[in-house]
Amino acid sequence: MNEKHTPVYINGIGIVSPQKPLRAEGLLTEPVSYHASQLRCPDPGYKEYIPAELIRRMGRIIRMGVTASKICLKDAMIRYSPEHENPINPQAIITGTGLGCIEDTEKFLTSMIKNNEEFLTPTSFIQSTHNTVAGQIALLLKCHSYNFTYVQRGNSFESALIDAITQMKTGEFGNVLVGGFDELTQHSFAIMNRMGFWKRKPIDNLQLLNDHQRGTVAGEGAAFMFLEKQKHSGSYACLRGVEIFHKPASNNDLRHRLNKFLARHDLTEKEIGFTLLGFSGDTATDHFYHELIKSFPENSGFGYFKHLCGEYHTASSFASGLAALIMKSQSIPEIVRLQSAEKNSAPEYILIYNHFRGANHSFTLLSRP
Amino acid sequence: MSKKIFVTGIGIICAIGNNVQETLSSLVGSRWGIGEITLLNTILKGVVPIAEVKLSTTELLDLSGNSGRKDLTRTTLLGMIAASEAMASAGIQEIGKYRTGFISATTVGGMDRSENFYKEFLANPSKGKLIDVINHDCGDSTERIARHIGITDFVTTVSTACSSSVNALIFGSNLIKTGQLDRVIVGGTDSATRFTLNGFNTLMILDKTGCHPFDENRAGLTLGEGAAYLVLESEEIVLKEEKSVLAEVSGYGNANDAYHQTASSPDGTGAWMAMSKALEMSRLSLSEIDYINVHGTGTQNNDLSEGIAIERLFGDRVPRFSSTKAFTGHTLGASGAIEAVISILSIVNNMIFPNLNFRTQMKELKIKPVTELLTNIPVKRVLSNSFGFGGNNSAVVFSKPDDNSAPTEHNGLTPELLI
Repeated sequence: MNEKHTPVYINGIGIVSPQKPLRAEGLLTEPVSYHASQLRCPDPGYKEYIPAELIRRMGRIIRMGVTASKICLKDAMIRYSPEHENPINPQAIITGTGLGCIEDTEKFLTSMIKNNEEFLTPTSFIQSTHNTVAGQIALLLKCHSYNFTYVQRGNSFESALIDAITQMKTGEFGNVLVGGFDELTQHSFAIMNRMGFWKRKPIDNLQLLNDHQRGTVAGEGAAFMFLEKQKHSGSYACLRGVEIFHKPASNNDLRHRLNKFLARHDLTEKEIGFTLLGFSGDTATDHFYHELIKSFPENSGFGYFKHLCGEYHTASSFASGLAALIMKSQSIPEIVRLQSAEKNSAPEYILIYNHFRGANHSFTLLSRP
Repeated sequence: MSKKIFVTGIGIICAIGNNVQETLSSLVGSRWGIGEITLLNTILKGVVPIAEVKLSTTELLDLSGNSGRKDLTRTTLLGMIAASEAMASAGIQEIGKYRTGFISATTVGGMDRSENFYKEFLANPSKGKLIDVINHDCGDSTERIARHIGITDFVTTVSTACSSSVNALIFGSNLIKTGQLDRVIVGGTDSATRFTLNGFNTLMILDKTGCHPFDENRAGLTLGEGAAYLVLESEEIVLKEEKSVLAEVSGYGNANDAYHQTASSPDGTGAWMAMSKALEMSRLSLSEIDYINVHGTGTQNNDLSEGIAIERLFGDRVPRFSSTKAFTGHTLGASGAIEAVISILSIVNNMIFPNLNFRTQMKELKIKPVTELLTNIPVKRVLSNSFGFGGNNSAVVFSKPDDNSAPTEHNGLTPELLI
């Protein structure tokens, strides 16, 4: 497939994160700092987006996911006049999540174990399936379109993007609502803590890379993008391509993969003005990012994002939304920059390189719309 | 987009057989796989039946060549066994020769062991063996199965409840059509767990006597477990390697019912849309479908909604149809792939397998399922349905390969060897 010639535009963004609402204007000028081992999303104002009687029944991840999708679709509607009455009905809803509705899963599991399989109620079981968020979005929109959920650890959101791009390029869909989400629960935090995922002592999240404990800071969030074939004045960026791969065999292998990925888009490293890297502050796995940096010429710009959202399986969905906002705002927020070099001018291309615990790696390429 | 997708290998393990031959033998012999719970440690033992794979986890370790390992879940082991059989069935030896992907589906992932972990963990958060929970997420089983069969190029997991593995087939087919992969192993795996058994029990949709799909007096589903995989290859590979072909993937459709989180709509909108899309892509007329392997769980809601959707789509000329869930139980994320394998066995053998346990015509429907094994009837095109929670509905059409394309002869997939 020729990856070069069928553009896919990012025309709407909706992000629920531990940060304040992200907008192109004044992007991350007031980053929220936490002294914690985990970054959780404050209530983004669910009531504005979901009927109150439904909010009560929904698990947190469903609230976060549905809200992010609504913010995204509302954002995509901005180009229409306020009188425009037909809401957007996506031609596809494609989502990715690492652990899905883990809170409801834990709830049902806990009551099943504590009550020895008796006196159980179905609500948390019903909401425990990984496709609940995508299903609820469809239900609330009355949207009968293609509906899909991927669950591949650190490549869950990327799998959703690959599906979306594939079917937009074949002409199957003119637009796609695509999103990634994961929630943090006290149980999942505690279990992953025992596995050595997180830093043992709380840290200042904005100093993530200056902390030398093993592990990273836990996070959560939901991020959606509305992809369309048509460009318009509000388009944030063009989504060029995505590639996923399992742990590279060597540093050479990693650089070779990058080179091949860029070549498929007729690009070389020197044309990538800015690369957003998934640095998590975990010394055991951050070396991949240091290696990748070596592939680029000296004046290249680099940034990072996990100090803002924490580490989770679909943190790359936050990164994609952030990269698109950077493209639109034409400047790179200070808090995102890794090196404070001149890089104030908007880059033509932004590359995202992320991995989850060194296992699931991905490249995502955006360009100016 | 004229590229054809061919099925060149299949593998299965379920309540009626540990491989394709055994499964086919049970289908031909009308031997169902539903019985009393023997492996799962649950208070529902003796209360509701189940369709278990009749091998302990230790036996599955041995069968999959993993004797002695402690880090593999039942879901992963079932998947390894079926995926290995599919690879062998397609005669794949040199994986690196073509860009090969693995797309697996599961709904419970490693829940069979998380259940044990949580028991100790809830009593004391520093207790519970981590080896029982590192496999919890759905992606874990996929990565381990992929490693087991040697696939590294492209690996991902789909989880859309009970439609998951048909969706894995849809994504895999699209990746071949767009030239991103040359071949892909697609399917799904799910083991029986107390979590799912109790979940369906709270919804009061477990039939205490074993499921009766499309029967007026049906009282729910029967939980099953298993795994099945299909090897899909591009037309280019099939021609170049002169591979034998089991079936062609002619069309597929995915739609959302958008009616209720768990219940299907009374008019079967999502089901109708998924079937319509699959038929449209296949460019076949309604009359060209010889058989429908229906989702047919045996719940009041599904069978009525699906039946209405089928009557709405096919009118007075509804093809022969049956639910094979009274053989295999409802295997959730694996069910779409298990029924895809059964559909392909129908095509290869010109047989239609019966809908067991049917006694009484549903009063809302005009149609009734095939209840006896039909042999020596032409089965050229089969529609297979898979529907799930979240309104996720999918359908796929398989066709007998054209006479002028590759030969259909495939060793070991005909029941003559058994009878």
